[in-house]
Amino acid sequence: MITNIVIAGLGGQGVVKASDILADAALAAGFDVKKSELHGMSQRGGSVTSDVRFGDPVHSPVLSPMVPAGEAHLLLVLEPTQVEVARPLLHPEGRLLSPELIEPGALKNKKSFNVAMLGALSTALEIGEDNWQQAIQANLAEKLHAINAQAFAIGRARGPGPGPGSGRGQGAR
Amino acid sequence: MNQERLLLTGDDAVALAALHAGVALGTGYPGTPSTEILETFDRLGGRAQWAPNEKVALEVGIGSAFAGARTLVTMKHVGLNVAADALFTATYTDVDGGLLIVSADDPGMASSQNEQDNRHFARAAGAPMLEPVDSQQAYEYTWLALELGERWKIPVILRLTTRICHAKTVVRPRPLEQRHAPRDDSSRPDDAQIKRHFRRDIPARVMIPAFAKPAHHRLREKLAAISDWNDAEGPVTEHPAAPNSDPSGKPDVGSDDAPRLGIIATGVAAMHAREAAPGVRQLNIGLTYPLPLTRIRAFAAEVERLLVIEEGDPVLVDDLRAAGIAAEGKPERFRFGELDVARARRIIAGDDTTEPAPAKGKPPELCQGCSHRGVFEALRDLDCIVAGDIGCYTLGVLPPFSAMDTCVCMGASIGVGLGLRHALPDAEARRVVSVIGDSTFVHSGLTGLAEMVYNPPETGHLVLILDNETTAMTGQQEHPGTGRSLNHAPSAKMHFEAVARAMGVQNVEVVDAADKDLSLKERISALLARDETSLLVARQPCVLAAPKIRLYEKAAAEARTQASTACAAVTDE
Repeated sequence: MITNIVIAGLGGQGVVKASDILADAALAAGFDVKKSELHGMSQRGGSVTSDVRFGDPVHSPVLSPMVPAGEAHLLLVLEPTQVEVARPLLHPEGRLLSPELIEPGALKNKKSFNVAMLGALSTALEIGEDNWQQAIQANLAEKLHAINAQAFAIGRARGPGPGPGSGRGQGAR
Repeated sequence: MNQERLLLTGDDAVALAALHAGVALGTGYPGTPSTEILETFDRLGGRAQWAPNEKVALEVGIGSAFAGARTLVTMKHVGLNVAADALFTATYTDVDGGLLIVSADDPGMASSQNEQDNRHFARAAGAPMLEPVDSQQAYEYTWLALELGERWKIPVILRLTTRICHAKTVVRPRPLEQRHAPRDDSSRPDDAQIKRHFRRDIPARVMIPAFAKPAHHRLREKLAAISDWNDAEGPVTEHPAAPNSDPSGKPDVGSDDAPRLGIIATGVAAMHAREAAPGVRQLNIGLTYPLPLTRIRAFAAEVERLLVIEEGDPVLVDDLRAAGIAAEGKPERFRFGELDVARARRIIAGDDTTEPAPAKGKPPELCQGCSHRGVFEALRDLDCIVAGDIGCYTLGVLPPFSAMDTCVCMGASIGVGLGLRHALPDAEARRVVSVIGDSTFVHSGLTGLAEMVYNPPETGHLVLILDNETTAMTGQQEHPGTGRSLNHAPSAKMHFEAVARAMGVQNVEVVDAADKDLSLKERISALLARDETSLLVARQPCVLAAPKIRLYEKAAAEARTQASTACAAVTDE
């Protein structure tokens, strides 16, 4: 099967960066991956969503780069006002990871909130921690590696754990 | 076999292929979703430059291809309108080097003023067109476009759409031994470089009627030959019927129809269709103009219901019907906006009922601290009639400003403002202001300014250049007014005030848009009160670009110091 993940938030929060890291981590874990979002207006503070889909390269190659509305297994929301805006994207049995997962003050630098949320998401996915760390380092400047590794760990401690849409049992390694 | 496995956007895949295929020059004008192609090409070591607009970019590209160099020209869909004058005659000529024109269309208008379908341009101009379904094909078709273009000496359009340009998918590049040497690799001879020289061929390149008449016949002969090639060995993919192919066991949409239904699709819509109906026979066309009609006819003969799934206008279905192939298109509602899997399912099911409305998110707005904010507050408070233009500042139309009354195309603010002035009663005419950004002014504002000076309205006119010293909307690209080239190195700088004075504008003034004490409102009022032609430049760097601009300037200053030290050292010897 294909795992569908949507990341939602506002321009400037690092929605696209978070989806880049997720897509690279899934690729490194051996999955076929596609991701897409709309650029252009995203820097001007508007709503942004990014779709990431992955599956077994042989048995479940990803076709469309977009997650159909109502078919996200996991919805990661970075901004409280965007929870209800993005909720229709979630599958009825899908899981919402809302920004309340990480309490204010838990992070040294608020800018690494997107990576902390990925840490929470990571507990629901079958992607190795080494793949995550590698993807974080590949997508961020070196001076930001330590603070984001820390943020990822904080999020990982608060994650919901495995469940529907985790990509388990696909044997894609 | 090459094991390299990269996750790339379509834009980055085109840039990588251009580098591997030995493209000697990339030129274009920034425009979502095409902008990243040239930026990536530059970052990878290719020679890339921003032109003032798409027409100039294509003209430079034509010259480069006449010289035998492989050339890449990039633009968004509406950019091809600007470049169309060059395109329609370039197809009559013989180009020696591959001339690849990338048109990045924006169905759904994520960041554009219209959703025109540039497949019409291929047909109207007689330019072969390739349409990839993902980044892998974007990579492969970049090579193919250059190869076909050189074989038939014809410019080729690679049509991308937003979901190709900005979607990341896996790419396996061609193996090292097939790639051309990068520009800075002096150890390997660049074969394209060796081939390059001027070959005089007047009848093939000077399009006066005497030469253009036979050239038009040659173009049609080239297209007929390319159509034959497309039938024989063109990039067509056929997926056989495979009912219930989903390993989850979920019944496929249309699987009951599988033996009878056949889908023909292009671009990303082919992916949506495959996912919507994995069990259905499907033919994906890669070279979508000129079409492989023999292959399509053969496919059509084997199915009972032939359905075309295409994003945008009914271009392919109309072509098939014109060729006498009974094909079914989509209901009219699917002409509008992007397609996706859900919409492809509806098209296949013949479902023409109302679709659920997408969630309304938060609209974008002018950044906090943006210098345009003060300008639009002033225009709002003065109750100006504002002829607007294309860029970040178009957001001045939204509350709390609501200070824009027209927006049509790049540069239109000046002409539209003049037209309003000519036709409105004097009292209203005196409230008309044209508002244009710095990059847009270079792109298409200069001729508007010439018009203002040449045919001034009786009440005069006021043009405001909102100069934030970058092409902000598309991600802070350079332009001739910034004095830096695509890679941010220093270049000659075009001074708007000097240009306006030289063109004969009566009043030319500059204000620092950051200066809070200065009364922008009073300056605008004073200029509007004169029945003269005026240009007011409101200047302040974009808040997002300012830190980078400081770095570029620092780097340039250091380079100058080093150069003068080296100079002094040479003089000392």
